Parts: sequence; C-alpha cells; structure tokens
Amino acid sequence: MRVNVTVNGEQRQADDVWEGESLLFVLRERLGLPGSKNACEQGECGSCTVYLDDVPVCACLVAAGQAQDRSVRTVEGLASGDQLDPVQEAFVEAGAVQCGFCTPGLVVAAHDLLNRVPSPSDPEIREALAGNLCRCTGYEKILDAVRLAASRR
Amino acid sequence: MDFLRPETLAEALELKAARPDAVPIAGGTDVMVELNFDHRRPAALLDLTRIPELREWSDGLRIGSGVPYVRIIDELGAQLPGLAMAARTVGSPQIRNRGTVGGNLGAASPAGDTHPVLLASDAVIEVASVRGTRMIPAVDFYLGVKRNALEQDELIVAVHLAPAKGPQQFSKVGTRNAMVIAVCSFAISLFPEKNRVGAAVGSAAPTPRRAYEAEEFLASALDFSSPQPLLDSVKREFGELVSRAASPIDDVRGSAAYRKHALAVMARRTLGWAWQELLDGEQACA
Repeated sequence: MRVNVTVNGEQRQADDVWEGESLLFVLRERLGLPGSKNACEQGECGSCTVYLDDVPVCACLVAAGQAQDRSVRTVEGLASGDQLDPVQEAFVEAGAVQCGFCTPGLVVAAHDLLNRVPSPSDPEIREALAGNLCRCTGYEKILDAVRLAASRR
Repeated sequence: MDFLRPETLAEALELKAARPDAVPIAGGTDVMVELNFDHRRPAALLDLTRIPELREWSDGLRIGSGVPYVRIIDELGAQLPGLAMAARTVGSPQIRNRGTVGGNLGAASPAGDTHPVLLASDAVIEVASVRGTRMIPAVDFYLGVKRNALEQDELIVAVHLAPAKGPQQFSKVGTRNAMVIAVCSFAISLFPEKNRVGAAVGSAAPTPRRAYEAEEFLASALDFSSPQPLLDSVKREFGELVSRAASPIDDVRGSAAYRKHALAVMARRTLGWAWQELLDGEQACA
C-alpha cells in the first residue's frame, strides 16, 4: 500500500509498504531517516521514539497505515539546519552520549518533557525517561544533560 | 494482508462483520509486538484510531475504548482514582500515550493492569456489532487466559464506570517501576453509601478475578456509618481471603507462593490506605 505522511514538515510518500509494517521501518528503510533506532521492536527500549501528531510514541508500535495523513517529527527534525536543538547540545556537552544508540530516543523524550515541563524536578525527569533504556551511561550524564538543557531555557 | 481504515464506528462494525478475521488495532502496543515478531499474521488489520467516538468520554462515565491511558491519568484521575492509578503503572510514557483500556480488554491478558480496577469498581463493557450492542459486566467479560466474551464480529466500544463515591486503591508488584508486566496486582474500591467493598486480583489466576469472600467479609467487618481505625486482625483476615481467591502459577515473573504472599500484603496495605482516606474524610485525588 501507499502511505502519505508529513515527516519533519515535509510531505512524504512511501510505496509498496507492507500492511503489517511499522512506522519505524517506513522511516528508516523507505524514507531514508535512520535517526530513530531499531532495537527491541516491542516498545521496551524507547530508541525509536518519535513525535506522532506532537505526542511521543514508539515508532515500532505504530502500524505504517496508522500514520497516513498524520504528522511525524523524528530526531532529524529537531535541529534547525546546522543549529542543534538545545537538548541535543546539552547531551553533547554533558557527555550523555556514549555508544549513541539510545540517544535519538532519549533526545526526543527529553525534548517533549521540556516542552511540557520547562523546569522539571529530578523525579519528573526520571519518570519522563522511564521508557528509554541506556546500557552505557548509567543515566547520570543523561540526567545532567536534561538539567543543563532546562537551565538554558 | 489488508489494512482497513474506517472513519466511523458504523463503518468499523460493517467491516468487522464482513471480515471477522480482521484484528482491531488502536495503540498497537500489543498487536504490533506480535506482528514485529511474526507471532501473528492476521488477514487484515482494522485501524480504530480514526474513529472519533472511540476516543471520547461522556458523563456517567462512558469512556471510549480508544481513550489513551495518558488522558485517563491527566483528565479523569479525580473521578476515577483507581483506574488512574492502574493506568500510571502501564509501560512507560510512550506506551501510555498510545495504549488504551479497550486494548487491555481486547488482549484480556490475566496480567493486564486495568482489569482488577474494572472488576473492583463494577465496570460494564459496551461491545457492539452490526447486530446491536451488548453491555457485559466486567465480571462476565474475562473467560480464560487471553480470552474474552467478544464475538467474532464485535468490537469493544466503551467502558462504563461510575465516578468514585469512595476511596479506591491499586497496587502492583514488579521488578521495577516502568515497563513491567505485573507479577501480581490488586485493586480495592470502597462504596460507603452501599456498605460494600469491591476487591480483585490480577496476574494471579487464568483470568483477572474478584475476591468475593474477601469482599463479603470486609462489608460485614467495616462500619461505614461511623468509621473507626481498623483492627489489624481485620486487615490480616482480608489479606488471607484475597490470597485464597487467587490460583496463581509459577512462571518467569514469580512463583505461585510468592504471588499468594504478595497479594495478602497488597490487600492489607491498600485496605489500610483506603480506610485511612475515609477516616480523613478525603476524597481520593489522583
């Protein structure tokens, strides 16, 4: 089937989409947007987190057809040109990136948190990131990054 | 595989009647996992996310089956504290943004987080087909492990749940706070005006299950007209009766013996919290 979806502000079209395919597969394999990572394929790890109509979701759990005529914003859509989003800058500066695989999902989840709660408490940060697994950092640097990004708003 | 995309409930019911093999999908948090892992290859998917009437609620309350958990927590928590508590323990923020009570009911897993609350709070499940509408009390809805009372041509349309008239509590055991399937869970609802108690266990029997003996014992042991501090013996007996209502198994998440023990503890504690709330004269505020 054909899927029409707005991705990062651009109208995109994917053809020959299998009906049982996930939005994540469409983004990565058909639309050339590998920022969202494919890991657990069951919503456990959060590394495929994207905005779907401004709500963060696991792209692996959205059927491609459900994204028809909807708006998706991926990690690739957060920066303005070469200017990183403040959350992305904070991740770099705080050393919150090690292997980097979980980073795109965490950046989107943190970005959403700061849109909703500009000055989150530590428990609020932990809760907001509870759906994203990182096996490198032990999370402390990630919490630092979110605090840093919040302090600059 | 076909991807069916109805825009109205009437259209969805027509499609389900014509294609009983179509698997309904809303938040996708269960169905997509099965597809991603090739555990299931249905002939068709029936996307319910474009049907406005499934995503709304009205006073009473009648909650559309497609209302995501996050909205139950944020917008219905004051009226349905027990359901909001259970919804808060579901998955992660991303999962709560998508997952729905309708999906919990459709999957009918014994471990589904909202089931004990629906049982303890006298929820009624509204299901529909082109043949008409059926109202199924939650207690008649769960038939077996991942089996519910739905006919092949029916869809889960709404959950009817009265706003809480007394304290409600929910408790769940898991290895961490997020992304856990319940080892076991428990819900209690007090109905002071009716001198009644609702109590139900999750993940501790082939289906979510009400603890009738425990309910009856408490209803006779509690004095709702002039609440006094609870005796430990009442809490203990209640815990024992709740534990006895369960028939759990040993599995990867926990042993049957542990589940029995934990249920008694959860029942005692949640009763203590709920009763204290009544003593304090506070309405639960989620």
